Amino acid sequence: MRKTALFPITLFAAFGAALVFGQDITAWIKGQGGKPALAVTDFRGSGAAQTLMPAFNSTLFTDLETSALFDMKAKSFFPLNNPQRPEDLREEDNKQGFALADWSGAPTSASHIVFGYTAAQNNVLALYGYVFDARQAAASAPVLSQRYVGSLDAAGATKVAHEFAADIIQKFGGGASLLGSRIYFVSSRSGKDIKEIWAMDWDGTNQKQLTHLNNLSLYPSVSPDGSRVAFTTWANIYPRIMIASTETGRLMPFYNQQASLNASPTFTPDGKQIYYASSAAGGPTQIYVANLDGQGFRRVLHRDAICVEPKANPKNPSSLLFVSGPNGQQIYSMNAEGTNIDRVTNGEGEASNPSWNPDGQHIAFSWTRGYAKGDFNVFVMDIASRQYVQLTHSEGKNENPAWAPDGRHLVFTSTRSGRPQIYTMLADGSQVKQLTQQGVNQYPSWGTR
Amino acid sequence: MGVLILGAAGCSKKPPIPPPPPPPTSGGSTSSTTSTSGSDLATVTEFAVEPSTIERGQSAMLRWNVAGSNDVTIDKGIGTVPAAGTRRVVPTETTTYTLSAAGRVGSTTATATVTVTGPAPPPPTTSNTRNTNMGTLESRIQSDLQDALFGYDSNNIEETARVVLGSDAEAIKRIFADFPTATINVEGHCDERGSAEYNLGLGDRRASSTRDYLIQLGVPADRLKTISYGKERPACTESNEGCWQRNRRAHFSTGQ
Repeated sequence: MRKTALFPITLFAAFGAALVFGQDITAWIKGQGGKPALAVTDFRGSGAAQTLMPAFNSTLFTDLETSALFDMKAKSFFPLNNPQRPEDLREEDNKQGFALADWSGAPTSASHIVFGYTAAQNNVLALYGYVFDARQAAASAPVLSQRYVGSLDAAGATKVAHEFAADIIQKFGGGASLLGSRIYFVSSRSGKDIKEIWAMDWDGTNQKQLTHLNNLSLYPSVSPDGSRVAFTTWANIYPRIMIASTETGRLMPFYNQQASLNASPTFTPDGKQIYYASSAAGGPTQIYVANLDGQGFRRVLHRDAICVEPKANPKNPSSLLFVSGPNGQQIYSMNAEGTNIDRVTNGEGEASNPSWNPDGQHIAFSWTRGYAKGDFNVFVMDIASRQYVQLTHSEGKNENPAWAPDGRHLVFTSTRSGRPQIYTMLADGSQVKQLTQQGVNQYPSWGTR
Repeated sequence: MGVLILGAAGCSKKPPIPPPPPPPTSGGSTSSTTSTSGSDLATVTEFAVEPSTIERGQSAMLRWNVAGSNDVTIDKGIGTVPAAGTRRVVPTETTTYTLSAAGRVGSTTATATVTVTGPAPPPPTTSNTRNTNMGTLESRIQSDLQDALFGYDSNNIEETARVVLGSDAEAIKRIFADFPTATINVEGHCDERGSAEYNLGLGDRRASSTRDYLIQLGVPADRLKTISYGKERPACTESNEGCWQRNRRAHFSTGQ
């Protein structure tokens, strides 16, 4: 069996290589050959299970497509028949659909076929799911072969589809899937002059208000384990940091220094401390680090310019990015002692909102390079080589990009439809999807849950 | 704001201290302390204020009932009162009233606190030669004070802002004279173009340099607070330089 699990690991290595040759990231993703080409057959159910299959098939397809791991092959090119069990496979089938070669050959041109069936067994729904490498002989073709059980209703069908999809994604090295991940953001929809912290599922469903402070609450940043969200609020008149449970919205104590401004909190990669910006020293806001309750705070750097948005590298916590002047906001790097300060962006335009990819090697950020002041677009940069690509192209203002836990998707704010709304897209700028409609929605942060 | 009111209400909920023995009359909610102990003391069976929390400008009712004394006084300018009665009070700030009742061998005191919350300022109580119609603190801040404007990504007080702040400083001193307990917030704002997080820091710098400048001109430092709103509270929402300039401002509002 040939393993395809190498693909995701090489994704960003190839990304870097593509840049060296001056290629657009989009061209690279389309041009690289390692992406598994999946033929996902329509599953059928025996007996009572058949009525549940439309929901099952659409859930399975959507989960796999959204993972962005696969080249999803068009069903219109599929052979007339498809195997439902491994026993159905033949060596040669004259393109009728029961031979793996029927699927790997033109016009389907799949590298893998996803097939199986469901059955009502003892009043539960049983799914028999298979993934075979279509380019192999049948004996060495199995990649995944698994039985799943759910309730004999639509919820059960959706559940087993999610589980099967998650296993396929896992098998192909997808690691952290988007399923179960949540996006925290700010919405104005609860009242005039009021902005609260909200949460929604990764696909924009299940939008819920998390805070009820009846004031301005902005810039949420979710903890690495997804259990807490830190934000800046004017609920006690002056801008202060608060931390809330993502599950219940319950506020946790955080000691705010005596200062006109405490803001921009983010968690350290171990989730045990908070970086933030404060004017406690009297001059321009500086970067501080404190325990989760705000105690034990320590000033990290001394710089004669406004410093905001401290972001620690998830793979190397002693390396930080922040946004600072003078002479226009740019992204800088430093170490946890506040030394080795280096400008990351090249000084053109204004750059803000750095977000680390989980790989610790790439960042997304917003930049006005090439545009008028304030006309931000989302860029991605390889931090070592400083090479960058532009993902949005001046369709409104595009700001506050944040990586998904899968490292492939980005969430960001755009004014392309008028007022600021939350969108997601792939790291190559494709598959842009609007998640919010109501009110003004901005400042997203993507959590594992 | 809601948080503040809740906090204040919480503070006023003192557990009632049991009245001293003997209890000659029917009970009531009373908090009292005695300077000596003994049966010849007056007994304060009730000293309460309702409501215990008011907005500035509203009134509250003091109610008391004392046994064993014909010499009852309440401080804060109320003076000698009958052994039982009520009195309407209009405190402009959180006030603790102390009732003293002299008995045969000592005096008994009791206290009642009314918590006063903003934002309504007190009405004028004295005539003012400079301005016969003082207005409210808020209306004075809005009508007498002008915004100081800033350059892009700058917190420098330029020449035009200096002129504005020179006249603002004098107006603030007059307002403070008319409203002796007032404080004023210096708000720092930005135009829509910088990033929100950076602008929060920039608004803080603008508010802070404006406050520093006003202090240089003799405005008392302890009555000026700064607060940054970044680009969250624009004065104007169009995307052109005229509007951006109006938004790059230090603005004044009623302090808390």
